[in-house]
Amino acid sequence: MTDDSATKAKDTAPTGGLLFQLKRLLRIREGMLLLILAALFVAMSFASEYFLTWGNMRAVLLSFSTEGIVVVGMTILIIVGGIDLSVGATMCLAMVVAGKLFLMGMNPWLASVMGVFATGFAGFVMGLFVTRVGLGFFITSLAFFGLLRGMSFIITEGTPLSLYSMPAEFKYIGQGTFYGVPVVIIIFFVVAILGDILLRRASAFRKIIYVGSNENAANYAGIDVRKVRLWTTVLCSSLAGFAGIMFMARLGVATPTFGIGAELNIIAAAVIGGASLNGGKGSVLGAILGIALLSLVTSSMILLDISIFWQDTIRSLILLAAVSIDHLVNKHR
Amino acid sequence: MSQAAPILTLTDICKSFGPIEVLHDVSFDLRPGEIHALAGENGAGKSTLINIIGGVHAPSSGEIRLRGKAITIASPLDAQDNGISLVHQEIALCPDVTIAENVLMSEIARSRAWFVNYGKIRRRAATILSKLTSLSPDMRLGSLSISNQQLVEICRALSQDCEILILDEPTAALTQSETEALFRLLRELRDQGVAIIYISHRMSEIYKLCDRITVLRDGRRISTDNVADVTPDEVVQKLIGRKLEALYPPKSRSPDGPVLMQVSGLSDGKKVHDVSFTLRRGEVLGIAGLIGSGRSELLHAICGLKARASGRVTLADGADFSPQRYSDAVRKGVVCLSEDRKIDGVFLNLSIAQNTSSMRISQVSTRYGFVNRHLEHQQAETLGRRLNIRAASVQQRVFELSGGNQQKVAFARLLSVAPRIILLDEPTRGIDVGAKAEIHQLLRQLAEDGIGVIVVSSELSEVLGLCDRVLVLSENRVSGILQGDDLTEENLVRLAAGRARGNSNRKEAHHD
Ligand SMILES: Nc1ncnc2c1ncn2[C@@H]1O[C@H](COP(=O)(O)OP(=O)(O)OP(=O)(O)O)[C@@H](O)[C@H]1O
Ligand SMILES: [Mg+2]
Repeated sequence: MTDDSATKAKDTAPTGGLLFQLKRLLRIREGMLLLILAALFVAMSFASEYFLTWGNMRAVLLSFSTEGIVVVGMTILIIVGGIDLSVGATMCLAMVVAGKLFLMGMNPWLASVMGVFATGFAGFVMGLFVTRVGLGFFITSLAFFGLLRGMSFIITEGTPLSLYSMPAEFKYIGQGTFYGVPVVIIIFFVVAILGDILLRRASAFRKIIYVGSNENAANYAGIDVRKVRLWTTVLCSSLAGFAGIMFMARLGVATPTFGIGAELNIIAAAVIGGASLNGGKGSVLGAILGIALLSLVTSSMILLDISIFWQDTIRSLILLAAVSIDHLVNKHR
Repeated sequence: MSQAAPILTLTDICKSFGPIEVLHDVSFDLRPGEIHALAGENGAGKSTLINIIGGVHAPSSGEIRLRGKAITIASPLDAQDNGISLVHQEIALCPDVTIAENVLMSEIARSRAWFVNYGKIRRRAATILSKLTSLSPDMRLGSLSISNQQLVEICRALSQDCEILILDEPTAALTQSETEALFRLLRELRDQGVAIIYISHRMSEIYKLCDRITVLRDGRRISTDNVADVTPDEVVQKLIGRKLEALYPPKSRSPDGPVLMQVSGLSDGKKVHDVSFTLRRGEVLGIAGLIGSGRSELLHAICGLKARASGRVTLADGADFSPQRYSDAVRKGVVCLSEDRKIDGVFLNLSIAQNTSSMRISQVSTRYGFVNRHLEHQQAETLGRRLNIRAASVQQRVFELSGGNQQKVAFARLLSVAPRIILLDEPTRGIDVGAKAEIHQLLRQLAEDGIGVIVVSSELSEVLGLCDRVLVLSENRVSGILQGDDLTEENLVRLAAGRARGNSNRKEAHHD
């Protein structure tokens, strides 16, 4: 009993005081990221007058919106204790399947649904390998990374599919604006907000956190651990497929080399946002802030005219710093 | 009460893990409104049996009847649907979410509502928690001590309206007062007609709480009796299949040996304040106190698992001992067995042999730095024999062992480096009477061989029976050192509660 009171005493430490509030904000990963973003904003608005214009903000948002949809799926998958190295190839597969079907004469909307369906199915098969055969997520998705990319090459025979004949109303979801805001950005925000709310409040999504946090505890609570893992994998793949379709509508082309290397950025964003590769921890909001930070840093470097040769190095150093600061602040919790 | 028809009947249950059969034709019946003790040595098959009832394992053969109807219990969910809830031996909770969500996890999991009603969950959890503890439902589970996690684990089982409640060593990590609160609650449930299976290694608890007792030995049912009809000695005899000579080994014959370790003014700035004591050759030194009084932290501060703020520790030769990290301490022959074996004590996924060689792998390696499997197994076999570890072979993985045998493996690891001083935190938690007596015997033997032994224990009778001298902590400070005739239960409890702060200095001066 003694340690109850001790813990309680700790929890009711004096509140108030700006410094204290700041410390509390820093303890939450999202708060920490917000502060870093704010600092970057202030610094950049002094460094470049173009930075704080709607044009620039719009460009930054556009640059991560579509990938951001995959980040939502990846975060949820990481929370359940998984990881998917094949999301880049998955995006590509969706666009290639949809593009090919469209060129074969299918209605573009239906073709897109088929594209997303194909990736969802790929996710399902991957999930079966993980949950039924008992392989790890890492090795399974590594195999699918090559498998799905290979399928895109087979379908396209190695050449990009030109889709400029797509009807305008379909291109609208990738290129259009709604009251001046690109539709892509709106869709992204809808997915992100929905994802965050569901993960915090929906019964079905809480199970994902339980399974990731402690598989045994979830099992004893009567949760079908394998089912949860399987459907989370499907969700992540389908969201990647959906993002692939968005890219197709935006770019008007389906290339079999699309999305190579995208998975690293996406996983990095989720982890910066607080997702733990051990499962159980993470939030969609944090992951979104993570990808925002990555994109903002990139665009800042372009604005500041930093040599392209330096950009990767600088970006990685900033990432390392962000994750380290967070870790050090929270170590003694 | 005993006239009621059984609610649950197991007939000729067998269970094999791979080629090894661990339960042989076990029959068991449980009546509504009784607390039925299940007793047996480590590895006797108690947890396996209740895991079969709880839907975690499927029996290899045999029949389960619930309320007279034959059923199969395919999953924990199935068990819940049949009104069975289970408190597992090993704490299985989600550290990343709140206490409330942990308590009501199965309800959230099966709810048909789209969204979790956190307000309701909070309130329901608070009601259940208030029966046993004053924990707030909003705290993140991972921030709790083991004892509080254990309480949450119990509350989780209570959250369902069950007709059969099974508890597998629920009190192993609880304090005295928490245990009493639990007992009150269990009696209340029994009086409402709930059937309860209670597993414990503590005979006193069984006699305080239970109506009937079933003894398992080596996977077979030995007997089922009314508790009132058997004496504790008879039960122990059934448990271990022979008569237990003495519960505790005789105390040290040479209490005034040379100093092995001198601790002066040790503080860690948080949970340890100004602790001084000496450890002498030939004695077993106990450290007692309530949970949270800083006992574990004291051990950690001594052996480098935790940074010191001030104070000095010297070893036998007077040399200063201030390890920067635990590996320094191990090199100097000071080792520590931590309280939670699952987290820090053993590598669950490795074999027994790999565990016992892990602290000093060079001992079983060739000149060229490769592990010599033969040596490794030999070492494990020697240590295993010394500690009487029950396993199919030294290549068996540790997670397959029963809780008590896991603890022995953790113990064997320490002994593998031939330590000069061993610090033990709750070394016999979850260990059966027979094995416990063996470990006590072993500790005494080690002390006689000149190894310094310091034991932290929450079990009063163990502290009294095993130790020559006892350092009592209260609120992170030394409240007294007891030995000889002063070493009584009454003095211990008084000092631990901290009421003797006034004359503690006198006592210390007197004894040291
Ligand atoms: N998953 C498993 N795979 C293989 N063997 C197992 C497994 N689980 C348990 N065993 C074996 O079954 C036997 C019974 O173990 P069980 O955990 O039921 O013992 P117990 O009576 O609960 O002991 P304790 O008091 O130490 O908890 C042991 O010999 C153990 O090694
Ligand atoms: Mg057990």
